[in-house]
Amino acid sequence: MPKITMREAISQALWEEMERDERVFILGEEVGVWGGTYAVTKGFYDHFGEKRVRDTPIAEAVIVGAAIGAALTGLRPVAELMTINFAFAAMDHIVNEAAKLRYMFGGQFTIPLVLRAPGGGGRQLGATHSQTPDVIFAHFPGLKVVAPGTPEDAKGMLKSAIRSDDPVLFIEHATLYQVRGEVPDGEYTTALDQARVQRPGRDVTIVTYSKMLEISLKAADQLEKDGIQAEIVDLRCLRPLDMEPVLASFKKTNRAVIVEEGWQSFGIGAEVSARIYEQAFDYVDAPIRRVAQKEVPLPYNRTLEQMALPQVEDVIQAVKEVL
Amino acid sequence: MEKSDYLEMYYQMVLIRRLEERAAELYQQGKIGGFLHLYIGQEAVSTGLISARKPQDRLITAYRDHGVALNAGIPARAVMAELLGKATGTSKGKGGSMHMADVEKNYWGGHAVVGAHLPIATGLALGDQYQGKDGVTICMFGDGATNIGFFHEALNLSKVWNLPILWVCENNQYGMGTSVDRASAVIEIRQKAQGYDIPNERVNGMDVIEVRMAAEKHLEYVRSGNGPFFLEAVTYRYRGHSMGDPERYRQKDEVEKWQEEDPISIYRRYLLKDKIVRATQLDDLEMKVEAEVQNAVEFAESSPEPAAEELFTNIYAD
Repeated sequence: MPKITMREAISQALWEEMERDERVFILGEEVGVWGGTYAVTKGFYDHFGEKRVRDTPIAEAVIVGAAIGAALTGLRPVAELMTINFAFAAMDHIVNEAAKLRYMFGGQFTIPLVLRAPGGGGRQLGATHSQTPDVIFAHFPGLKVVAPGTPEDAKGMLKSAIRSDDPVLFIEHATLYQVRGEVPDGEYTTALDQARVQRPGRDVTIVTYSKMLEISLKAADQLEKDGIQAEIVDLRCLRPLDMEPVLASFKKTNRAVIVEEGWQSFGIGAEVSARIYEQAFDYVDAPIRRVAQKEVPLPYNRTLEQMALPQVEDVIQAVKEVL
Repeated sequence: MEKSDYLEMYYQMVLIRRLEERAAELYQQGKIGGFLHLYIGQEAVSTGLISARKPQDRLITAYRDHGVALNAGIPARAVMAELLGKATGTSKGKGGSMHMADVEKNYWGGHAVVGAHLPIATGLALGDQYQGKDGVTICMFGDGATNIGFFHEALNLSKVWNLPILWVCENNQYGMGTSVDRASAVIEIRQKAQGYDIPNERVNGMDVIEVRMAAEKHLEYVRSGNGPFFLEAVTYRYRGHSMGDPERYRQKDEVEKWQEEDPISIYRRYLLKDKIVRATQLDDLEMKVEAEVQNAVEFAESSPEPAAEELFTNIYAD
């Protein structure tokens, strides 16, 4: 299997779907002539032309709004938000329009829309450009929210998102673009509603996704040296949330640590641990622990920023506390 | 225009008026819930406008949408059933007063967040432009919507991308209870279009013929690939913003002054003065409206509630 970067995986998915279906087009800030601020759409403008690779003004509400409208007419827009932090400027269109139009009009409307949005901290971009607000969007029925952590999943899930007839928020992590991983040869798609065990183990269940998958895998490597076998369940999808692999793992290990990059309060860890307590209470051998971002706006200073973000050591410590 | 066109427009204006009067009564009886934004007084705008559209022209509006729904061709019974939240309503009882649509009629709603449908309208127009179709997207909104960012993002993009959109501002003088001069930097809303280099015109929105003539002209301008056009129709809402509006922001004599400019009366006088139709024909139409409204109310009241399982349908397509 070829080994490619996350950036290449996402780019390949877009390219293949645009070649496959004339209705697919890209719009967003600097997606065209510039080639994408994270270079994901480099070369697209020259190949597909300005009709299908559309530079927009810096105006997020109309980027998402126009994408919704175009989707209503049967096109399959992929709108890129330069970062997920700018999604707040389009919040109404994401949560009040994309997520609700189908329901509100009794099923008359179909919105085959993909919103791509890179996010995450760790690049010294300051508090407004470093957030991991994924859970906010996962709160709303009507949206699908996915956040793959490997090139294989990113490619397969983006292709599925483009083919989906529903609005999908596809969250990328800006520090994962250079990460390499194996992807299958040829055509494949990956489901938008399934968690996946990324590493098997018997002693403790680590539930995580996106960038924190990388952190959790590193922690698991170190724990192994101490004879601790951690099983890592990658959620991949936040809405719908697939609890089956989480519960299956937990019923085996009876202990869980949930690792997320966003803030702990009202977060993924709160949701997943509540569901474990609700659905597998008899299997609980230790209080479930959560690892998350410190409850501060992320600072610019590198040392301070890293102090606020979850680290490998935090995961190791949490695992040792539940054992 | 054929004689039947004149009569049809009269019929639609009276239908909007009578249906909404009945809706207000049903609201007072507790049979309609939530908000109810009546279009009474503004009938000439949507009637004139929509009478000029072609089937390929998409239509989208804000929450004061019952009149637009009727003009778009949704049967009165389906409008009334939606108001009563019944399974037979335009949106199966899930949308209510503010969310009526019929994709078959190229009518894309009924949108409740002020200004939020303008960016969506740019996408509808982009869809036609992208697919090489000659439809024009007609996007209606109130004066109040022109002060929010969505309006400016949408107008700007429509010009930058040369989109086939007819923007139609229904300037009914008030955004809820705040008059235009207290909320907008310019009183003639069309001046805002000027800022985006979008050609524009201001018409008397109480005169259905004037609105129709303007719509015909500007729809063809947009259809010919010239990009967006901005039409401002000056009109007046006779009723409160929604039901239960204490109307402290205006004097009774102001409303009465505008009622002397009633769009239905103006049109009736015009039709009779120019001997386009006979008075008895109009009287017959009014009788027909009464029957249709009565039929719509009976249909809505006797329609079933949505089934409990409908709670969980239509969330996703896949």
